[in-house]
Amino acid sequence: MTAISSWIHLDWMLLVVAGWLLIGIVGVIALRRFELVASVLFPAGGLLGAALFGVAASALFAGPQVAVLALGLPGLPFHLRLDSLSAFFLMVIAGAAAGVSAFATGYFRKGEGTPPGLLCLEYHVFLASMALVVLADDAYFFMVTWETMALSSFFLVIANHRIPEIRRAGYLYLLVAHIGAIGILLCFGVLQADTGDYTFANMRAQQLAPFWASTAFLLALFGFGAKAGVVPLHVWLPEAHPAAPSPVSALMSGVMLKTAVYGVLRVCFDLLHVQLWWWGVVMLAVGLATALFGVVFAAAQVDMKRLLAYSSIENIGLLFAGIGLAVLFSAYGMHPLAALALTAALYHVASHAFFKSLLFIGTGAVLHATGERSLGKLGGLVRTMPWVAWMTLVGVLASAGLPPLGGFVAEWLLLQSFLLTPGLPSSFLNMLIPIVAALIALVAALSGYVMVKFFGVIFLGQPREHKLLEAHDAGTAERVGMLWLVAGCVALGLLPTLFIGLIDPVTKQLVAAGLGSTVAASGWLLVPASVERASYGPVLFLLGVATSFALTYLLVRRFYHGRLRRSAPWDCGFQWQTARMQDTAEGFGQPIRQIFEPFFRMQRELPSPFDEQPRYRVSVGDHVWHRIYLPIGAAVEYASKLIGLLQRGRIGTYLLYSFVTLIAVLLVVRP
Amino acid sequence: MSLLGLTSQLLEIMAALLLAPLLTGWVNQCRAWLQNRSAPGLLQPYRVLHKLFHKDSVVAERASPLFLGAPYIVFGCMVLACAIVPTLSTDLPLAPAADAIALVGLFALARVFISLAAMDVGTSFGTLGARREMLVGFLAEPALLMVLFSASMISKSTSLTTIVETLGHRELAIHPSLAFAGVAFTIVSLAENARIPVDNPATHLELTMIHEALILEYSGRHLALVEWAASLKLFAYSCIGLALFFPWGVAEAHAPLELLLALPVLVLKLAIGGVLLALLETVSAKMRIFRVPEFLATAFLLAVIGLLVHILLEV
Repeated sequence: MTAISSWIHLDWMLLVVAGWLLIGIVGVIALRRFELVASVLFPAGGLLGAALFGVAASALFAGPQVAVLALGLPGLPFHLRLDSLSAFFLMVIAGAAAGVSAFATGYFRKGEGTPPGLLCLEYHVFLASMALVVLADDAYFFMVTWETMALSSFFLVIANHRIPEIRRAGYLYLLVAHIGAIGILLCFGVLQADTGDYTFANMRAQQLAPFWASTAFLLALFGFGAKAGVVPLHVWLPEAHPAAPSPVSALMSGVMLKTAVYGVLRVCFDLLHVQLWWWGVVMLAVGLATALFGVVFAAAQVDMKRLLAYSSIENIGLLFAGIGLAVLFSAYGMHPLAALALTAALYHVASHAFFKSLLFIGTGAVLHATGERSLGKLGGLVRTMPWVAWMTLVGVLASAGLPPLGGFVAEWLLLQSFLLTPGLPSSFLNMLIPIVAALIALVAALSGYVMVKFFGVIFLGQPREHKLLEAHDAGTAERVGMLWLVAGCVALGLLPTLFIGLIDPVTKQLVAAGLGSTVAASGWLLVPASVERASYGPVLFLLGVATSFALTYLLVRRFYHGRLRRSAPWDCGFQWQTARMQDTAEGFGQPIRQIFEPFFRMQRELPSPFDEQPRYRVSVGDHVWHRIYLPIGAAVEYASKLIGLLQRGRIGTYLLYSFVTLIAVLLVVRP
Repeated sequence: MSLLGLTSQLLEIMAALLLAPLLTGWVNQCRAWLQNRSAPGLLQPYRVLHKLFHKDSVVAERASPLFLGAPYIVFGCMVLACAIVPTLSTDLPLAPAADAIALVGLFALARVFISLAAMDVGTSFGTLGARREMLVGFLAEPALLMVLFSASMISKSTSLTTIVETLGHRELAIHPSLAFAGVAFTIVSLAENARIPVDNPATHLELTMIHEALILEYSGRHLALVEWAASLKLFAYSCIGLALFFPWGVAEAHAPLELLLALPVLVLKLAIGGVLLALLETVSAKMRIFRVPEFLATAFLLAVIGLLVHILLEV
């Protein structure tokens, strides 16, 4: 046992992870002691998250650290390694988890499905496994933690397991997670190149032929893509996220999806020694298709958590596009540009973790206060739940990619990396750049549409149901959790130079270049190349808007007056306004449904003018589900029916099978 | 930050604030003449603003602080937009705060706030306006970005001042990409400023209105600010158009004399632009709202084609 003073960062991290596991065990021991779980264990988990955040931040610059845990199978110990890439993702995981845990303190209630103590175990095992995934340094340990992550989150998703749809969603999630895991496992199999040594150190040393390298890349893209929710492997996301309790959806969407991004980065830039240009094109195409698909579907949703789930698909798409661009540049040896694209992607990883967690726990607070998830039954909550509304607004603005918040910085950097392209060696790729930039701009603008719908329908307008008038605002612990995430969104927006300094060691590790020195030289302004080329100063930006806000406010009062009269709404003189006359979520999504009609599988029931009781019904389905998954399901069912023919249920038949098999074996196997 | 830079920055903001209503008045006057009506005075927008500021603000009972704050935010955004677009000088201390992409973000921020404010009271017209505004926005915004990218690619910079300096100093060469971008920009600015054929600033017809539906619940000083912000937006868009396509006569750093000359040049350019806008509005008919996405998608595609043309022909 070494003295505490000589502990390296990795030891402290393992301590935090052990702490999380301990909290989980205490939770199980105190299975029904709800008070203990809510008021002690979850806050303690949150504090551990904040501590891990700090340790990971200081570990970013510390250089790689390795450790071998004498756990696991005999002769197959767990290898751990902490480098800048893992430290960065640990920061993201711990940062978001701290806020979500604080919120979870007030969220879980008695008597809903799984007992709180067991939830506490699953929740903290989930956190610990996510932290260990990014620390794992051999395929065996990686897969163990990866599966632990999948299983613990599966049990969290089905926390309300008495509802059949939730069980179904959980099953779908588990299925896709395992299909993805097979891809990852095969990828590691290719990467170890017949040496039989599954440590990442060995994989790094291997020089794979381009064919095998590409195979490994495609397997990784498939495996991690299934976890990240890349089209067409996204189907589990919109089912599992709404089914899970809100803090869990926040963690799954904000954090767990990022472990898949981590996996892609680890395989592409660290374990594989080469990058081929077409990998980048594949990732760009997949990413953009995912982003466009996600945002268009998000606009058509009528369930607030499904809407956010689709918005996560969109963000994952943007992330993959950014990474694809980095791969492309890296393959051509343009390291500074690769660093720029990668910085954009990593920035988006961080800001998405914060704003999406914030939005999900915002919906959690709304769900708690009203019991409604359907956008058609909400509205006007800004007046009864002001705290939640205002804090969610920050997340909404960040998610819509608006300055001066975090989402915009990532988008800005990504677009800069397109514009700073001095010309790739192939004219085909050069033609691709404007089209890709245009699609990214379109997705960003559409996400603004989605977010206005999300916030406007839930929090603004008149309450669509009477019970919403009694909705209660979030409690103190929930507010603390949300405030932490709000602070993250704002800080990421206003201090890009600081955070790019933190991303700098990661890009240096992966693509041997970084923006840190360029950016640090220009102080408050974010300058990727030079001031003449491009610059963005969020603080100055905010000051500009805020100053003119304040000056206008004061001057109007100085020269005129501040009189205000309240009366009934004007609405062109129409007096008989009811809450039913506002746009519904369906109505707000209608233009998008119409413009992007080929994306959707729509079934509509329109009333005729002569209907006594007119009914309007529209259901929006997913082509991928109907064209790919259902046929596969039908084929599997058909195949198993054929196999079922063998099953006669008569002992004589089975004896005959054994006899035939024996003869066949004897024919084949000769002594 | 030089004293001259500070002066030109302040001068530019003041010029925007004062000239913007005048530009709106000028366009209205030209339109009236072209339509054979007797025109309101050139100073009518100022009188309207003065009147509105004097009136009490009547606000719906259930309006939240978001509704009350949004006009100030939108106004602030538009002031900043006018401050960073180089109209009089390219020596602007505020310009590094936001480049072309951030400028588009600034417009988007204003749009999101005014749309949210329109949904706040929960009337049928308000939500209708918000939905239509966001519909126009999600197509116009990427189109505008692509237009700006065309200019950025020519000058290899997204900084607006660098774009203007480069474009202003180049020889009179024909850039085919800028032609595409010009058409796209015209369509986008018509849509973004609620002009015919996308919207009609002169009616309150529910089938067609976008901008008027958004601000239906505002009155008094709030309405004044929103209207002023709308004219500032028209001014900013006109200035972006001038900066991209007619960037001559803008003063540069260390040239105080040029700064004096820049103002009359700007007024002249805006006057001509106003006539053209009125002419364009008079000869075109209002479009059905379902046609608007196609119209804007055309602009978006033209802008992308412009970028492709740039890469194919001009690199």
